[in-house]
Amino acid sequence: MSGNAKTEAIRAESIVKRFGSVLALNGVSIRVERGETLGILGDNGAGKSTLIKILTGFHQPDSGQVFVNGTPVTLNSVDHARSLGIECVYQDLALVNTLSVYHNMFLNRELRKPFLGLLDHAEMRRQAAAALDDIGVGVPSVRAEVARLSGGQRQAIAVARAVHTNARILLLDEPLAAMGAREAGLIIDLIDRLRSRGDIAIAMIAHNYAQTLDICDRVVLVQHGEITFESHSTETSVEELLEVVRREYRAARRA
Amino acid sequence: MSTNSGRAGGAQAAAPAAAGLRGLRHAVSGFLVWREASVILVAVLLILYFELTNANFLTNANIVTVSQFVAAPAIIACGEIMLLICKEIDLSAGQTFALAPFLVYFGAKFGLPVIPAILVALLICASIGLSIGLITVLLDVPSFVTTLGAFFLITGITLTISRGFPATPPGGHVLAGILGAFGYSEIIWAFLIVFGTHVLLRHTRWGLHTSATGGNELAAAEAGINVKRIKVGNFILVAVLAGFTGIIEAYRVGSNDPLAGGANMMFFGVASGVIGGTALTGGSGTIIGGLIGAIVLGVLQDGFTLQGINAFLFDGIIGAAILIAMIVNIRLALWQRGTVR
Ligand SMILES: Nc1ncnc2c1ncn2[C@@H]1O[C@H](COP(=O)(O)OP(=O)(O)OP(=O)(O)O)[C@@H](O)[C@H]1O
Ligand SMILES: [Mg+2]
Repeated sequence: MSGNAKTEAIRAESIVKRFGSVLALNGVSIRVERGETLGILGDNGAGKSTLIKILTGFHQPDSGQVFVNGTPVTLNSVDHARSLGIECVYQDLALVNTLSVYHNMFLNRELRKPFLGLLDHAEMRRQAAAALDDIGVGVPSVRAEVARLSGGQRQAIAVARAVHTNARILLLDEPLAAMGAREAGLIIDLIDRLRSRGDIAIAMIAHNYAQTLDICDRVVLVQHGEITFESHSTETSVEELLEVVRREYRAARRA
Repeated sequence: MSTNSGRAGGAQAAAPAAAGLRGLRHAVSGFLVWREASVILVAVLLILYFELTNANFLTNANIVTVSQFVAAPAIIACGEIMLLICKEIDLSAGQTFALAPFLVYFGAKFGLPVIPAILVALLICASIGLSIGLITVLLDVPSFVTTLGAFFLITGITLTISRGFPATPPGGHVLAGILGAFGYSEIIWAFLIVFGTHVLLRHTRWGLHTSATGGNELAAAEAGINVKRIKVGNFILVAVLAGFTGIIEAYRVGSNDPLAGGANMMFFGVASGVIGGTALTGGSGTIIGGLIGAIVLGVLQDGFTLQGINAFLFDGIIGAAILIAMIVNIRLALWQRGTVR
């Protein structure tokens, strides 16, 4: 372990999380290297989002330990995790419909003027437009209310928001769910570009097995709150993954 | 930005009849780009109506009267709008309004100079807001319930400490004049507070986070906003503003009335906000709209009084007028956003 510590970006050890009587995570351990893209697969309700939300500081685990750059940390808030370079695209996108595109992009990290610390709307608009242009997904205007945008446009905004702040550790919860083929291509290109920089760790939840094997270096399978399978993408296949899912499902039914 | 001009180009290329209609719509929506525009229209129409039907409407004396109808609800509206935007409401603001001048009165009676007595009174109002806010967010009680409880609780306190009798607010002429006794001082306070709250809402992180909290509480929390802190802070703001309004109103009238304010005052504040375009569903609202909403209500009250409407009918007429003003404004706002054709 310690030999690889210099390339390790984030690691979670034996995470347990309960919501009342629901055991969402039952001793999950994952690890993402710098420059690596990890795919997280698994059924609905398996605990994938909960795992991600523990890494963003949104949920606190009941037990287990998170390490960032090899150092043990207790992520006690989203701001704390963000200060360590952890950014997330949440499954629900975390967008506020009644606010404009640029206010959403800068939510809780607003740019301010020196004068009284008032919001610098003009600069936020400029940077938001530039960040969206950079990804290449068209949005009518950064002043538009998010409520008026399409599902794919909303997702693009959430991705652009997470990416444009120089994240070191990028967590993506189903970033392609609402995307058309062209826009999904743009986001995949973006992930590739980030990966080629070699210093960003990406963990991505997805439901499309073939696409995930294609995009990610490594995949893990989460089922009923546990990691049931783990492999390099080149050493496994959609068939094998589906076989594991079926086997675990049968085992769970018998139990 | 380039797509915007592209869209305008498309409109010009449309068939002439449709283009004419769209041109009209463009001209109107040019004015209506302000969210507050529709309620400004309502206010202007009302003023015109009362001016045309009554020669005494736009005289200095009457403008002072209208301004005094407007000031208190406008200030209360500032607080209630902030709360409504983060999806809460304070039903007890009118009770804090009645309590605060008695806090000043007793502070002075216990030997405090008037200004420190006012500051202490406002501090107590702040702690009322803090308690309401904490109960609401920590125990997950809807604010409709917490503030309904506070409504009766604060009334009880006011009646107990005042023993149900009015009192004369302490302090000299100059102070009383600045606070409310001089004809225009109350509306000047209102304008200052409206301006300050407008800046708070539109140009500070606090305001943006208030909008985010009401617009989508989960998203705001996921972005790292402490939504509980935002809500509690706005409960404090309402309570302090309500207390301050109660104090300046007492100085204007020259008497503390234990039955002042109440549900009427609170609902005028909330109604001003809603007439001004603040959504009860949270996430959006405007302070300037709230001021104009208060002007609409003040003009209605004063106008009907000048017309000598039967006192028994008065509330009914005001109620109907509020309904009509709100409906007109909501329809105009929908039309403005292009969701009604
Ligand atoms: N805030 C919460 N309160 C209570 N239960 C929760 C909460 N969040 C998640 N759960 C429960 O934890 C379990 C795991 O949920 P989670 O959202 O992590 O699943 P998921 O793997 O992301 O599923 P999906 O693929 O459908 O997004 C589910 O049973 C869910 O009902
Ligand atoms: Mg999920």
